Amino acid sequence: MNAAEKGAAWLLGALWVAPLVYAAWAAFHPAALATHFDPLAPVTLDNFRKAWTYAPFPRHFLNTVILVTMVLSAQLVLCTLAGFAFARFDFAGREIAFGLVLVQLMVMPEVLIVENYRTMARLGLVDTILGIGLPYMASAFGIFLLRQTFKTIPRELEEAARVEGCSWLGVLWRVYVPLARPTYLAYALVSVSYHWNNFLWPLVITNSVNTRPLTVGLAIFGAPESGVDWAVISAGTLMAVAPLLAAFLLFQRQFMQSFMQAGIK
Amino acid sequence: MREGLSHSEKGSDPFSIFSMKHVYGWLLLTPAAILLIAFTHYPAAATLFESFFSTGTVVRPSRFVGLANYAALADDPVFWKVLGNNAVFALATIPTSIALALLMAIWVNGKLPARALVRLGYFTPTVLPMIAVANLWLFFYTPQIGLLDKVTGLFGSPSHNWLGDPHTVMACLSVMTVWKEAGFFMIFYLAALQSLSPELEDAARVEGASRWYFFRRVTFPLLMPTTLFVMVNATINSFKLVDHLFILTKGGPDNASNLLLYYIYQVAFSFFDTAYASTLTVVLLALLAGLALMQFMLVERRVHYR
Repeated sequence: MNAAEKGAAWLLGALWVAPLVYAAWAAFHPAALATHFDPLAPVTLDNFRKAWTYAPFPRHFLNTVILVTMVLSAQLVLCTLAGFAFARFDFAGREIAFGLVLVQLMVMPEVLIVENYRTMARLGLVDTILGIGLPYMASAFGIFLLRQTFKTIPRELEEAARVEGCSWLGVLWRVYVPLARPTYLAYALVSVSYHWNNFLWPLVITNSVNTRPLTVGLAIFGAPESGVDWAVISAGTLMAVAPLLAAFLLFQRQFMQSFMQAGIK
Repeated sequence: MREGLSHSEKGSDPFSIFSMKHVYGWLLLTPAAILLIAFTHYPAAATLFESFFSTGTVVRPSRFVGLANYAALADDPVFWKVLGNNAVFALATIPTSIALALLMAIWVNGKLPARALVRLGYFTPTVLPMIAVANLWLFFYTPQIGLLDKVTGLFGSPSHNWLGDPHTVMACLSVMTVWKEAGFFMIFYLAALQSLSPELEDAARVEGASRWYFFRRVTFPLLMPTTLFVMVNATINSFKLVDHLFILTKGGPDNASNLLLYYIYQVAFSFFDTAYASTLTVVLLALLAGLALMQFMLVERRVHYR
């Protein structure tokens, strides 16, 4: 690789982080200086303070945390049971059932907003956090991933546990779940990122501050008609992405591997 | 199936001796199955069903109209406009993202100083929500105070409403999408590159082949399965990626940046025409099903590569 190519690689990298760096610049400086790149400009946290009070950010944060935790816990339980069934039980109709599960990889709940909204209205779950999360709790991707992992676990381990008197539920809990830990971690990262960032379905199904997650709050806050200035919007945007971004910076390798697994399926 | 049979033949499946495997299997599957049916299969079927009915109102209840919604769809200029926009959006973003992703992967796979940092930079936009991305980029495109206007202003160009002009709006959104997606596709190329044998490059060097020649004749053909795979995935993504429209353009000006999924949202939740929204959803489902079929065939083919 020659010097010009290295320079180009770095330049592209700089270009790629520029929008974020620029938002950070605007967020930490008084609004009047947002577009004047003076290195001596006074640094301020005022924009963050304003963003925090202009929009109900604490509530949105709480809603997102509840949503992400609820969805992930339900997914882990449901996908473990279903993945185990597909990997180790030769039940009638297994192949057809598996095919039907995989349909969800293509037809995600946000594509079916019209009918899913109607279902939620019938269940009385419009404008609830449960309503946002429910359609995602049985995840085809999770089931698929765990089935693949469970299939690679040698049956000898399972038989040894059964000789020791483990029930099939005990086998699942003591043998399969611990051995699939890396898969669980990868899945959790993808799921948390997805639901932290998800927007369309939460927008459709919520209509009050008490249920709206961060992305929806951010969209209302950042819309041009809201009249909030750029520096405050930057501060709000950075606050909303900060937890996920921080997690990514800490565990980047794991994140990239997980995202790749999610893509390949 | 084959695997399951062989196990029961051997009698090694500890559960089959109870012949309770059917009961246990379905019991374990039931919680997930109920939710999947309720929020994937049932709504997909109901959407198709609804598309043959009119939207009910208080005075006029919904009634069977046959293919009338589909006739309306064929006559709806906005439908054709958004379908065209989806095609433009896909064509503008996918080849560029893929080319950039490949370039990025080759760079961070090579002997680049501080390559972990560069790789981090390339990948970072992937973890941001589309709403945040739109917020960040909105300021670049805002007339007068936006960065883009400031830069063109240096060259004496008059202020331009980048997102308000039907001729520039799609280009603006495409540039932003490429920024968001290229790093994601990079990781697939990176994995593929790392699986290539280093002896290939050594052999090429001994033969005196240039780097470009080696890329064109060896690396690129070997990466073809990855390219096809990324291409299908990117196409599927391009139909689902509409969040930014809520912030940047609301589909405007005059539907110049409207996309199919956003139009479905508008028809259902702004115009309250659920029957027509269902009809549009059927089109989207058909497109996604077609892509799924392509993906499936690609996976089948990838088996032969192994």
